[in-house]
Amino acid sequence: MASFKPTKVQVYPKLGEKVTQDTLYWKNYKAPVQIKEFGAITNIDFSPVAPHNFAVTAFTRIHIYGPFSQEPVKTFTRFKDTAYCGRFRSDGQLLVAGCEDSVVRLFDVSGKVALRMFKGHTKAVHITDFTSDRYQILTGSDDYTCRLWDIPNATELNTYQEHTDYIRCGVTSKLNRDLFITGSYDHTLKLFDARADKSVMTMDHGQPVESLLLYPSEGLLVSAGGRHVKVWDLLKGGQPLVSLKNHHKTVTCLCLSSSGHRLLSASLDRHVKVYNTTNYKVVHNFDYAASILSLALAPDDESIVVGMTNSILSIKHRKSLDESKEISGQQRRQPSYRVFVKGKNYVPKQDDYLVSKPVKQHLAKYDKQLKKFNVSKALDTALETWTRLRKPEITVAVIKELDRRGTLKNALAGRDEQGLARLLNFLIGNVVDPRFAPVLVTAAEMILDIYQSVIGQSSVVDRQLLRLQELLEREIDYQQDLLEVLGMLDTMFASSLPRKEVPCPGTQTTDITKQTFWYRF
Amino acid sequence: MVEHGDIRVVHRGGSKINFREPVITHDSRYLLCASGECVKVFSTSTEECIHDLRGHTGLVTGVLLKPSNHLQVYSCSADGTVRLWDYTDGILIKTYVIGCPVYSICASANHEGVIFIVTPMLSDKRSDLFQLVAVDLPQSGDQLVEARELSAVLSDVSSNPAAIVFGRGGEYIASANGLHLEVYFFKKQKSYRFSLKEDNKKGGKNTVTCVACHPKDDCIATGHEDGKIRLWRNFNHKKEYTYSTLHWHHSAVSSLCFTPEGTNLLSGGMESVLVQWRYNQESERDFLPRLGSAITHITVSPDGALFCTSHSDNKITIIQSCVKVSAVIQGLVKGESVRTDMMVDPRSKSLVLNGKPGHLQFYSLPRDKLLYNLDIVQQEYIHESGLEQFEVVKAAFDASGSWLATVEERKQKDAELELNLKLWAFDEQTQSFVLNTTISAPHEARITAMCFCHATDSQTTMLVSTSKDGHFKAWQLVSDRALYRKAEFGPSWSCDFVGAYHGLVPECCCFSADGSLLAVSFQEVVTVWSPASWELLTTLSQPPKAVRDLCFGRLSCSKYLLGTTANNLLCCWNLLTCSLEWSTSMDISLLLADPLTENMAAFCCQAGSTDLFVFKPSEPRPVFSQKAVCSGKVTRAVFAPREEMLESCEESSQWLNHSQLYFLTPYMDLMTFTTKAEEDRLMASSKQLVIDDSVAMTPFYLLLGKHRQQEDADPLSGLSAERRPLPQCSVAIKELLQTPAHVLPSTSFLCSMFVQSLLISVTNGRSVETKHVEEEMESEKEEEDSEGEMESSTQRPEQASLGGQAAPALTKAQLRELKRVKKLDHSWFPGLLHS
Repeated sequence: MASFKPTKVQVYPKLGEKVTQDTLYWKNYKAPVQIKEFGAITNIDFSPVAPHNFAVTAFTRIHIYGPFSQEPVKTFTRFKDTAYCGRFRSDGQLLVAGCEDSVVRLFDVSGKVALRMFKGHTKAVHITDFTSDRYQILTGSDDYTCRLWDIPNATELNTYQEHTDYIRCGVTSKLNRDLFITGSYDHTLKLFDARADKSVMTMDHGQPVESLLLYPSEGLLVSAGGRHVKVWDLLKGGQPLVSLKNHHKTVTCLCLSSSGHRLLSASLDRHVKVYNTTNYKVVHNFDYAASILSLALAPDDESIVVGMTNSILSIKHRKSLDESKEISGQQRRQPSYRVFVKGKNYVPKQDDYLVSKPVKQHLAKYDKQLKKFNVSKALDTALETWTRLRKPEITVAVIKELDRRGTLKNALAGRDEQGLARLLNFLIGNVVDPRFAPVLVTAAEMILDIYQSVIGQSSVVDRQLLRLQELLEREIDYQQDLLEVLGMLDTMFASSLPRKEVPCPGTQTTDITKQTFWYRF
Repeated sequence: MVEHGDIRVVHRGGSKINFREPVITHDSRYLLCASGECVKVFSTSTEECIHDLRGHTGLVTGVLLKPSNHLQVYSCSADGTVRLWDYTDGILIKTYVIGCPVYSICASANHEGVIFIVTPMLSDKRSDLFQLVAVDLPQSGDQLVEARELSAVLSDVSSNPAAIVFGRGGEYIASANGLHLEVYFFKKQKSYRFSLKEDNKKGGKNTVTCVACHPKDDCIATGHEDGKIRLWRNFNHKKEYTYSTLHWHHSAVSSLCFTPEGTNLLSGGMESVLVQWRYNQESERDFLPRLGSAITHITVSPDGALFCTSHSDNKITIIQSCVKVSAVIQGLVKGESVRTDMMVDPRSKSLVLNGKPGHLQFYSLPRDKLLYNLDIVQQEYIHESGLEQFEVVKAAFDASGSWLATVEERKQKDAELELNLKLWAFDEQTQSFVLNTTISAPHEARITAMCFCHATDSQTTMLVSTSKDGHFKAWQLVSDRALYRKAEFGPSWSCDFVGAYHGLVPECCCFSADGSLLAVSFQEVVTVWSPASWELLTTLSQPPKAVRDLCFGRLSCSKYLLGTTANNLLCCWNLLTCSLEWSTSMDISLLLADPLTENMAAFCCQAGSTDLFVFKPSEPRPVFSQKAVCSGKVTRAVFAPREEMLESCEESSQWLNHSQLYFLTPYMDLMTFTTKAEEDRLMASSKQLVIDDSVAMTPFYLLLGKHRQQEDADPLSGLSAERRPLPQCSVAIKELLQTPAHVLPSTSFLCSMFVQSLLISVTNGRSVETKHVEEEMESEKEEEDSEGEMESSTQRPEQASLGGQAAPALTKAQLRELKRVKKLDHSWFPGLLHS
């Protein structure tokens, strides 16, 4: 007496995103903390010294947040107009910021009033930065000039007037105090040496340049402008290395992960993309609610801070080790190992009499009903909402099993409007799925045969039947297109493959056409 | 049987055991059933065949216990004889010659010396009318008796043995034929005939399929084609008969049986469910479902403890009191056709072919026993006629037997063909095949052929399948970790190459012996490919007809490729020159190569019968040929390697030295070729197996049975050991009594010790039975201990002699016991000395 063999549910290969190390790494962040600022957030900068506060430039203010605070620990409000580009010095003591009113202000992080004010630009200053010797400031402005300032004397050291449009980004070298690079809306990137009066290198990006980034080694430069992100090799005289076009709107911000192996780009299309810096493939993608203007990563990737046009600052903190473990532990709250092995590892003593008990076979509900030949009930069970939506393969397996038993017609027949609507709903959802189509097409034909007479009696059912028809028509068109493409590909393959003569010696072989075609799968 | 030198074609196993109802002997220890030309005696406890009752020269058509002697059994056969056997010793007692084919037999204790047999109507030989004839068995001392006293009882009966049955105490006999039930009363010498209408309103068929009579009551149960069971009562009046109807079966009831006390009625049919109806309370039913396949016969042992059911898949199931299947006797399952090729499992050397639906059967040829069924489809089988089910259509083993590939298909009328290719890995731990990969829809159309790469030394295993969709595909075992995220997935199979040739349909494929070449035939063209690079190396062709069979030569002939074509040509190509070496015109239905030698066998269909040619591709003369091996066309055959090589020097029989050729006739008989020497040896070995015990003599039994017997004897010795302590204790008492009273400690001190000694000695006696091993070790330790003690004892020789007197012949257990008692008795002694 054999036991009942349960319905075989076909296992299909999983479609969709593959789980890689990167996905695991970048998914390991908590739900974002969202802070409303006063205006669009144009710049975020992390302090290089612990505890790694970050300055957020938004509208006329610069807020400084602690790593885990939701309230600003410090606020600089002494701006007459919109502030730009609040950046920390490498020792984290000073902060410089440009302003719409063309004045560059230098603040002590602990103070409130500006220590120095650098006046000289004639238009809004969008870019400010400290040089690596910590005594000079680089600024770039909408008046097409970039200048170097001396901090102690608050005097202008040099002016470079080579760009022909607004200068909106710039970066200073961390290794050499005299080198800095600026990017402008005139599509060019220029590398300046403070010891010379002119730019030493010019690169054409092709679009207005929005953001610049130097690799820690400073051999490579990344620029973002328009939809492109470009990587330049500075050691080869500014030779373009890669051009990436993964966003569909202007890329606004660039950032490197702490290890230097991943490059992040943020764009107005509300996405942040993560690239592998060895092959420049996108390995991960973040979605945000609004267009992103600024992006920063905390040291060791502890948090991702994103500023958006809708003046929301979103901060994602990395899950700590035990936290991530705890959550996964909560998810699989199952009986402990001891429960399962209870009594199983008992070794009977020599004079024990073993009473064997038949092992109870666990069957799913639909299998129990199939065992009793309750075919309609089994189909109902398989069509329950959860199964239908989450595990359509189970529903399909039950339908297939019923078909095999020759009782599918009985199971489908005799349904009321609601039951039929549910059935049709399932068909509409899954009939074009290539995994399920062979089974569901037979079922659909049977349903049409059975319920032919009741068409027109219920508006719900009629609507669904029309939807099904529409769906099938669309699918047929689609298949036709695919076949056309396939045909085109075939001709291309056939013409590109070399034709080879097959040796056919011997007297018996007759005039068989000797060409063969073969292709690899 | 055709003689050729000393090579003969013989039946080799696999005969039907479900042809007729089996018989359980009175002591329920044996089961007798008709099997081909012999009656087989099985043990009901071990499922083993104990011996065959051989002697009939035609199909045995019935087995019946002699009502007056429980140790004798009648068997009737189509050769026109009824034979009486002693089934315990397997001795033929008497042969009654009837003179015409006997189709079934029945007898009753009420009719001494008379048996009732069903024979064709004597008057009209061509028609299929049968009559029930009473035969008076002549009382004579001769072994061969001619029974001529025949008297017809009923005419126009069914040849089905289930349709004739004796009623209560043999007073009447009921017979059913078509729509009629006829009851013949012996006392009144009168028969009544009851008829049913052809069809009732719902379209059910009323044809009677089987009859059973209640043993104590006047009640006849009939089973019908539409699944109904009718219980007839009051049938000794022509007009006033009544019947009640029971209905559970959805298709024909194939067998009915009352239990000996008449409390239950058993019925079975196509559904493979044994239904037990309570007599007079028919609403109460018990079911025993999923017995495997359709029930053909039901029998109950005379004491009612065992039921046994025969099934359509050549199986007999023994059921203990309707709840538990206690034994399954399974013969070779043969459907209408063998869809898979016959194969030999390289590991177990068993014959593999498709058996019961959705299964592959592994059949041991030398032991004529089904080893196991491998469930390929793994789906609940629905017992309903007219339902299209998955069938195993192709199977292949790789050279080492570690991989098995199977193809199952299901074709519904208007739906697409469903195909599954499954690959099974042999699991060393469970010693069976475990499913590794399922490829659903491997091809778009039916698979025509499948073969594994047979090179044993190659690193990768490769499978090639050819299909009607015009492609052949190569499947390879991929152990690429990158494909699998988790390590728990082992290597699995995936498609490596898809090949086609001019859109022609590939028919067969074959790997060369070293696995370096693959030949695929596309209709009349044979293409040769290199599996390493998948390059088309050459094409060979022999128009105008398609190639049917392809075969590479082996060993010294591996340069040859042989093929048969539909226009009766056998071609041999030389692959070194790519030219036709020779060809001959013969209608070959099957061509196969012996895997161990260069020999090839070709079955040739000629004038309605099949001839066999065994040849080497390199030699023009066949090694062996035999005309008219069997009638009809042989389509399935296999070379099975022998377990031990024969050393025949004769040229004509040398080809049988390494392997044996088995083939299936169109009537599904399994035949083989044997030599005279081999037969002689077989006979000699079978004579050694004379059995007088109920337990079958298997190698396993020979190994363990003796041990069991010893153990059986052990309880007796254990019992005696248990009884023994008393006199031993009395020794202690004696000792106690003999010691002068003034040297003894106080009685209160002695009493507890004395009682304790008694208690312990008894429990020890009991544990002797079970704890042999432990006891032995303990006792050895004790021996040392007690010896140490006894050194100081002065009474040792006396005691030993006492023990010797009490039990002259001591068993080991007793000896141990004795030692223990000695030790215990002495435990008070040192105390005594100290005091």
